[in-house]
Amino acid sequence: MAATLAEKVWESHVVHRGEGEPDLLYIDLHLLHEVTSPQAFDGLRQAGRPARRPDLTLATEDHNVPTTPGPITDPVSRTQVETLRRNCEEFGVTLYPMGDAEQGIVHVVGPQLGLTQPGMTIVCGDSHTSTHGAFGALAFGIGTSEVEHVLATQTLPLKPFKTMAVTVEGELAPGVTAKDIVLAVIAKIGTGGGQGYVLEYRGSAIRALSMEARMTVCNMSIEAGARAGMIAPDETTFAYVQGRDHAPTGADWDAAVAAWSELRSDDDAEFDAEVVLDAAALTPFVTWGTNPGQGSPLGEAVPDPESMGDDNDKVAARRALEYMGLTAGTPLRDIHVDTVFVGSCTNGRIEDLRAAAAVIQGRQVAEGVRMLVVPGSARVRLQAESEGLHEVFTAAGAEWRLPGCSMCLGMNPDQLAPGERSASTSNRNFEGRQGKGGRTHLVSPLVAAATAVRGTLSSPSDLEPVSEGSL
Amino acid sequence: MDAFTTHTGIGVPLRRSNVDTDQIIPAVYLKRVTKSGFEDGLFAAWRNDKTFVLNDPTFSAGSVLVAGPDFGTGSSREHAVWALMDYGFRVVISSRFADIFRGNSGKQGLLTAQCSQDDVELLWKLLENEPGTSVTVDLVSRTVTAGDLTATFDVDDYTRWRLLEGLDDISLSLRHEGEITAFEQTRPSWRPTVTT
Repeated sequence: MAATLAEKVWESHVVHRGEGEPDLLYIDLHLLHEVTSPQAFDGLRQAGRPARRPDLTLATEDHNVPTTPGPITDPVSRTQVETLRRNCEEFGVTLYPMGDAEQGIVHVVGPQLGLTQPGMTIVCGDSHTSTHGAFGALAFGIGTSEVEHVLATQTLPLKPFKTMAVTVEGELAPGVTAKDIVLAVIAKIGTGGGQGYVLEYRGSAIRALSMEARMTVCNMSIEAGARAGMIAPDETTFAYVQGRDHAPTGADWDAAVAAWSELRSDDDAEFDAEVVLDAAALTPFVTWGTNPGQGSPLGEAVPDPESMGDDNDKVAARRALEYMGLTAGTPLRDIHVDTVFVGSCTNGRIEDLRAAAAVIQGRQVAEGVRMLVVPGSARVRLQAESEGLHEVFTAAGAEWRLPGCSMCLGMNPDQLAPGERSASTSNRNFEGRQGKGGRTHLVSPLVAAATAVRGTLSSPSDLEPVSEGSL
Repeated sequence: MDAFTTHTGIGVPLRRSNVDTDQIIPAVYLKRVTKSGFEDGLFAAWRNDKTFVLNDPTFSAGSVLVAGPDFGTGSSREHAVWALMDYGFRVVISSRFADIFRGNSGKQGLLTAQCSQDDVELLWKLLENEPGTSVTVDLVSRTVTAGDLTATFDVDDYTRWRLLEGLDDISLSLRHEGEITAFEQTRPSWRPTVTT
């Protein structure tokens, strides 16, 4: 029977199927971090259960860690990190702690180690686990009870998802990126539009994306309410995985590629829903509100809530503009920001840093604007430094930081002050997400860098050319 | 987990859609390593506003939350469920729940009752016109009753059965341990492990 990519991965992991019960699915890789795991380990301890497969489990420290040198000063954060260290020791789980060469944001670390591979099931107590779907893995966020469940059984009872094809055909204009694609998808289907679905991104514009760009797209699937996002593996995927620390080698590599090559939706497979976007029509996209679906092309103005048809949208938009301190009709390009954040599991990989550096090179961060550049992992940081990107950023007046989740969420010292406004390459513009009272505009790395230079939401095409003398 | 059959308590109208888990409990409250005491973080930012519904003494002892669509979106934090339960909520009624939140709730014994938006609107009106009204949520008959209003709600059969029986998922899965072991022997040998 014809099947979608998601259905194929699902079917190959069913351990037990019973009438009226959810399927019991095997989990190939379980990623852990300090915030959503302590109570899960505690549960194991209370029940006297071991971790079934510590060899399929990996932990990193990311959410709470400061991105400036030195120990964690907040005692509560320190306790949480120390608890993770103790738990990993006790249950035999590999941990990459702060300062380790492999430390970083959990969703950056898995792929760069080659642990994320096509056709796998991957879970983590973090909703942005959808990132790993870029490899054709079925990857999704889980709660702490499920973390405990996976630690104890290496399985999860799951009800089947529906499938939605998100087809993006055509060629992106220069300056338009994966981030703009996914923000446009979310604005189109809404923050609840993907609920109950696994999204499969397809079409020529998706196939043309690099692996890192594909990760950006899949990362934000959860912001449309979807459980996961997936992209069928292809030569781009295989080339990215090959040679990484945990990638198969020799005859195993050939067997793996043969299996991975089957991982695509059959031509006659039926999706439960389909959305189509024209890549050529996309322009840089930014959010103006307090959920990721409240976004518009940068060339437009802050929308008028009163012109919205749906009553819930109207009320939500009114509230959002009040929180964001914005007036309907203001051109988005006129919005001043205080802070620019480049980083996170959405846009903290090397290509993101290269893109931002290329824009900022030879230019200066606008007066009164603070720019933080936070690599997604220690490896990304080292790579960037070997390319001299850190010097490009610091010469422009930006801060070059240590890896971590940083300003994506207000759990570590990198936060917005009340009323402060940011252009952020992260994934959520919720009220207070970047610090109590903070106001977030989600943007691509290119828009972030251009915004840092002009001090108002901007794309690179808004910038004056760099004069020869300043290079 | 305690079994859930029926619950009666004060209904709290929360007229907001897209209540994300960052609003239910801000990240700064997620740093505990225990499973209790999260009630102080519940809707922490909104509770600074004197007019917020839970700051009204009539509603402060509420246990049935009636919210707008897309409740529980965003972060996977189970702390959102713990915060609601630590505060005293046993049921959330909405016309649409985010998937992860609904899953997390089912595992902790918090009932997510999905009603039509029309019924949610009627409940809001009733609870606002007669603050302090009790709402009865019956999982056996899948009905919500408040004043003269009776509405049905959806909850999937499996979650309902587990809640009614008070069964925990890990024990249920471990009944299939033989099958798990058998499955492990069929996994391709080239699948990665963290340790090699």
